[in-house]
Amino acid sequence: MMTLTDDQRLLQDSVRPFMAEEGAIKKQLRHWRDTGCTDGYGTDFWRQFAELGLTGILIPEAQGGSGLGLVEAGVVLEEVGRNLTPSPFLTTAVAAVRALEGSAQAERWFPGIIAGETVATLAIDEGKHHNPARTAMEARRQGNGFVLNGAKQFTVHGNSADVILVAARTGGAAGESDGLTLFVVEKGANGLSVETATLADSSKAARLRLDNVAVDADAVIGEVDGGWAPLSRALNAGRAGAAAELVGVAAGASEMTFEYLKQRKQFGKLIGEFQVLQHRAAHLYGEIEIARAAALKAAQLLDAGDDRAELFVSVAKAKAGRVSALAVQEGVQMHGGIGMTDEHDIGLYMKREAVLSELFGSPRFHAARVAELSGY
Amino acid sequence: MADLDSFRSETRAWLEANCPPEMRTPMRSEKDLCWGGRNFEFQSEAQKRWLDVMASKGWTVPDWPKEYGGGGLSPAESKVLKEEMRALGCRPPLTSFGISMLGPALLKYGNEEQKKRFLTEIARGEIRWCQGYSEPGAGSDLAGLQTKAEDQGDHYLVNGQKVWTSYADQADWIFCLVRTSSESKHGGISFLLFDMESPGVSTKPILLISGNSPFCETFFDDVKVPKDQLVGEVNKGWDVAKYLLGHEREMISGMGLGSGIGTGASGVMLGPVAKPEDPLLRAEIAAFDVDALAFAAMSERFIDQLKAGEAHPALPSMMKYAGTELNKRRNELVMAAGGSDALEWDSERSKGGKSARDWLRSKANSIEGGTSEIQLGIVAKHILRLPGA
Repeated sequence: MMTLTDDQRLLQDSVRPFMAEEGAIKKQLRHWRDTGCTDGYGTDFWRQFAELGLTGILIPEAQGGSGLGLVEAGVVLEEVGRNLTPSPFLTTAVAAVRALEGSAQAERWFPGIIAGETVATLAIDEGKHHNPARTAMEARRQGNGFVLNGAKQFTVHGNSADVILVAARTGGAAGESDGLTLFVVEKGANGLSVETATLADSSKAARLRLDNVAVDADAVIGEVDGGWAPLSRALNAGRAGAAAELVGVAAGASEMTFEYLKQRKQFGKLIGEFQVLQHRAAHLYGEIEIARAAALKAAQLLDAGDDRAELFVSVAKAKAGRVSALAVQEGVQMHGGIGMTDEHDIGLYMKREAVLSELFGSPRFHAARVAELSGY
Repeated sequence: MADLDSFRSETRAWLEANCPPEMRTPMRSEKDLCWGGRNFEFQSEAQKRWLDVMASKGWTVPDWPKEYGGGGLSPAESKVLKEEMRALGCRPPLTSFGISMLGPALLKYGNEEQKKRFLTEIARGEIRWCQGYSEPGAGSDLAGLQTKAEDQGDHYLVNGQKVWTSYADQADWIFCLVRTSSESKHGGISFLLFDMESPGVSTKPILLISGNSPFCETFFDDVKVPKDQLVGEVNKGWDVAKYLLGHEREMISGMGLGSGIGTGASGVMLGPVAKPEDPLLRAEIAAFDVDALAFAAMSERFIDQLKAGEAHPALPSMMKYAGTELNKRRNELVMAAGGSDALEWDSERSKGGKSARDWLRSKANSIEGGTSEIQLGIVAKHILRLPGA
């Protein structure tokens, strides 16, 4: 059934007011941005996620988590998106947890993640476009371990992360999914240099340089040369999660805009009375409902281990990205001049949408993937 | 859950035993649909048998109550039946406006006698219905309709004209909006049912740009309609009409699903077209597939929301708008992928110009059942509550 269960609704009922109040734009995004926070989010606030049991949302109950699925993570992320709430939830509690699960490294990192003390992220992109199969970073065997050399970019929260999951090549050639290995690299590792890049939405990503970074054999998540499996788990979760967050961004921007149409007067009437805006608003509403359905479907299929999950993950990421872009563009346009000001929040939605749409693959990347998965 | 699992396995076994193999092959065209009715010519013995076995089980209308010929299935069971039919490739045993439009309206507004009689006939595929809504002067402004029904004591006398009556020339009965009062626009409309064989009813097919005539003009000249064939209260027909329109829009939105997932050599949702060599065409098809698959997810969610009573009453308008715009886009892409092959109008090779005719027919999708602009207006007014909408 593609309606939320009673338990999922309860979760939504508790997360929605929390994010609207504690995670509000003024209290979090603007506050950290305007005070020049180097992390881009509040560490105390991240601990509040832990107190609510959200940090361990995907971690099995046997390992101290809630043992829930991506549908539940999506419920949280839609509220995160709606409030532009900055936190390491998506990279840590969703993508990294999925990569680590079932591996020997899980025992080590899950307690800190659950406690809201550990921040984790993925380092995949090596160029300006996401393309994990093209990973070229070299991981050379040395003694009992490996030595990593190369560069990564768009490592979200890479500057504050305690642990970075790095995709590198132990075999095969760039473009092949075989021969990749996923490594755990810890903060402060010798040879790891981290350049913080503040992005348009004030979030922090990092450009990493790895110069002869040595890791032990047990830093490998899963199998050597078999990194595609944990990487796919992480990416499926990260992409489905980003899709849900994008739906939240679209919903937040559009709700703000529809409200404005009912308040702003020009030519002696409310601008929402103009049919030209009514129809655009109605079209946008429908597109957001469709994107929400796609994100829910992807999460449900992933949770069920269905064969069609990968296809729908790409459908959801592409659709949510496109729709969210429409929402923020219409949002700024319908707000008119005030929408261009830093003082107004609508522009913040536009910036967040741009970053999230690019993260884990743009709508174009995912549309192309839909074509590939469909055999054309 | 365990009950549902056993229902699933029983259903699968029953379908395997009862669905004729010929009814498990993909439909080649709309002509393979079974519409039922007094004059319906079955395409094959199998088609007739399939209708009969499904009707006797109540599964032509699985979620209608058993006393009216339905299967009495719960929403979850209906969904299982649908999934199992899809898995086995079973064709729908019966397609009709009685099922998709009139039935739901009668279930809500009909009296007991009407429900017993008409719903049972619909479920068995005995009577084929058509819809008398639009008039030459009442298209988007439907409530401006002028077809008159005068109270003559024991019957109504109906005079006027309808237009865009789908398959009126093949239908047995009509559900028809008539004006019973001129004092109020919306409050002067009534909802009548009558036999298309009644004296004074005539039809004339309308030739469309597709070269086909799925629609008719329908004329009423002193047609006598017994009073017990009025549904709901006199002058309250607009409520019935709107409720039925919701179901019509729900049905039409289904065309956004096209031929379903995984049927095409390329373009999951596009249908069988050759693998595109042109990278720009491939990109357009991929973008279309993203939208179409997302819409498929929405359709599933929409049905679940309807059954759970969580759907906004105006949501069918959103679905109708999105589904029909998508279907038009699909047809544009089929034409683009088909190139000059797709322009052939009557050759054997082109299956009688199927691509071109379907493409042209699809242009009506965003007009019939309320234009896209009408649907957007409804969403703006009832869901977004924009001022003055």
